[in-house]
Amino acid sequence: MIDRRMGIFLAGLFVLAVVVPVGNLALAGQPVPTYLVALIGKYLCYALLAVALDLVWGYCGILSLGHGAFFALGGYAMGMYLMREIGDRGVYANPSVPDFMVFIGWKELPWYWWGFDHFALAAAMVVIAPGLLAFVFGWFAFRSRVTGVYLSIITQAMTYALMLAFFRNDMGFGGNNGLTDFKDILGFDLAQPATKVGLMVLSALALAGGLVLARWVTGSRLGKVLVCVRDAESRTRFLGYRVEHYKLFIFTLSAMMAGVAGALYVPQVGIINPSEFSPANSIEIVIWVALGGRGTLVGAALGAIVVAAAKTVLTGALPEAWLYALGALFILVTLVLPTGVVGALEDTLSRLRGTPPRKEAKA
Amino acid sequence: MTQPIGGLPPVAQPQLYLDGVSRSFDGFKAINNLSLVIEHGELRAVIGPNGAGKTTMMDIITGKTRPDTGQVLWEQTVDLTRLDEAATARLGIGRKFQKPTVFESHTVQDNLTLALKADRSPWATLFRRGSAPERSRIDELLALTRLGDHRFRLAGALSHGQKQWLEIGMLLAQEPRLLLVDEPAAGMTDAETMLTADLLKSIAGERSVIVVEHDMEFVRALGCKVTVLHQGAVLAEGRLDAVSAMPDVIEVYLGR
Ligand SMILES: Nc1ncnc2c1ncn2[C@@H]1O[C@H](COP(=O)(O)OP(=O)(O)O)[C@@H](O)[C@H]1O
Ligand SMILES: [Mg+2]
Repeated sequence: MIDRRMGIFLAGLFVLAVVVPVGNLALAGQPVPTYLVALIGKYLCYALLAVALDLVWGYCGILSLGHGAFFALGGYAMGMYLMREIGDRGVYANPSVPDFMVFIGWKELPWYWWGFDHFALAAAMVVIAPGLLAFVFGWFAFRSRVTGVYLSIITQAMTYALMLAFFRNDMGFGGNNGLTDFKDILGFDLAQPATKVGLMVLSALALAGGLVLARWVTGSRLGKVLVCVRDAESRTRFLGYRVEHYKLFIFTLSAMMAGVAGALYVPQVGIINPSEFSPANSIEIVIWVALGGRGTLVGAALGAIVVAAAKTVLTGALPEAWLYALGALFILVTLVLPTGVVGALEDTLSRLRGTPPRKEAKA
Repeated sequence: MTQPIGGLPPVAQPQLYLDGVSRSFDGFKAINNLSLVIEHGELRAVIGPNGAGKTTMMDIITGKTRPDTGQVLWEQTVDLTRLDEAATARLGIGRKFQKPTVFESHTVQDNLTLALKADRSPWATLFRRGSAPERSRIDELLALTRLGDHRFRLAGALSHGQKQWLEIGMLLAQEPRLLLVDEPAAGMTDAETMLTADLLKSIAGERSVIVVEHDMEFVRALGCKVTVLHQGAVLAEGRLDAVSAMPDVIEVYLGR
């Protein structure tokens, strides 16, 4: 089930998950600085998010321009738990509501915050909230047979609407500032390098798990039906498949995966705010996947890591240049490498070996 | 079978019954008061000039297009106008398109496997694995469509004629009770065309078959009742010889 491409990637991930902790915690002189640990953890979360998008876009042809919303919802669910963990250690030392609620004059916790002091409930909400949104949204969209550009536009509208909603203070999610000033997670101090290392290793595990799950789903007969839907939706219907059910399944699964990525991201970056819902964020995910190689899973993950790393470097050096660089890269890949870097690489390799290239995804 | 009562002839039990069906697109009547009855196991050829409404008729039967008026009944009980494509497929109506449509990025074998009659729910397909009976059924279909050597090739790499055969194989894999076959001979050699006619003849009887075709040689080879469609309505019906001798039919065909 795990092909060579994924085998190599998982092995690399394993090495990373060993080398980074050892380099940060065990070796003298700390060759891996702590800021880098958190940065790598963040990239791994992006990679999982990219895999989630590749599931729907690469395999089922659903170009979601709103996947950032599912990521952000997972992040907010985790953020709510982290806020409750602060307890009375906030600036206002109020044990019953978080600081930002004290600030806007709320005396009691709104009902939708109930239970978020329990990690188990928050963890469940990490997948339930994005999953439910994806299910309801998809149920209406797919049943009405909204496809192509129209679907992309309404996913974009969805994340935009959520961004506006989360900006409002009276939504009870911290408005503009979002949720931040976290202290610890399950009793572990978030400022400690060991906690950061633990979160980074967890992110690597989640990415590996997400990749294996995605591989299993796409390799199953259901995965083959998804490709049928992508390539010839109408034909698939005439074979008796309820296309909308298949889309709903993969869209919901993908949203849940994105939620997990968001939940791991928030404690590592220390904040979640409404800008995570911004349409530009969702478009960036699409660029990762397109660059790495649509319909290759591993390519999507690599695309996310490479582009995010490039962004860190470039925004440090030339802040204004980043958006132009990203746009140029995207256009270049779309024109020159329609199957992404991984697709082009494998086509070249197999041509060198004289075997026909495997066509997993058609761009 | 219903027994004749009081010496009356047996009541006909059609597989498919269309009555007074009309459908217009932007004021243009693509189907105009069309009536058609297909018996169980019948083989029927539908001919007619381009734009006569043959494909639209199939769209209506399979739930892709809703008629404006008229009745479409399956086995006298099921109102097909209320069903969508997936539902009519599950009832047992299989369809081959005018333009061959196969899943190009899947292998020939996968195309057939995905078409096999089975539970179509996402859960079932997520967990289903290949089984021995399934494999032998695929072997049969590969032999029948003479695609055995191409089993592991991507369907997109097949020739036009081979795609036609693959689609016919996928149709049979569904084990439908009614096959709607739109211009199967397009892009086939003469020999392949005759083989297709033989295949469709052998399928009929067990299943009902409606074939739309332009190729008169092909229709002659089918040797079945012919319906001539013109401007969305039935112009003539009967044996090919009789029908093609009718002045109306000659005019429609020669007038084009
Ligand atoms: N979805 C549609 N929208 C508009 N016009 C259509 C549609 N489907 C069919 N038509 C028109 O109906 C007429 C009959 O078409 P069709 O059924 O494809 O004919 P045939 O298959 O007999 O060549 C044509 O004039 C075609 O343009
Ligand atoms: Mg036609």
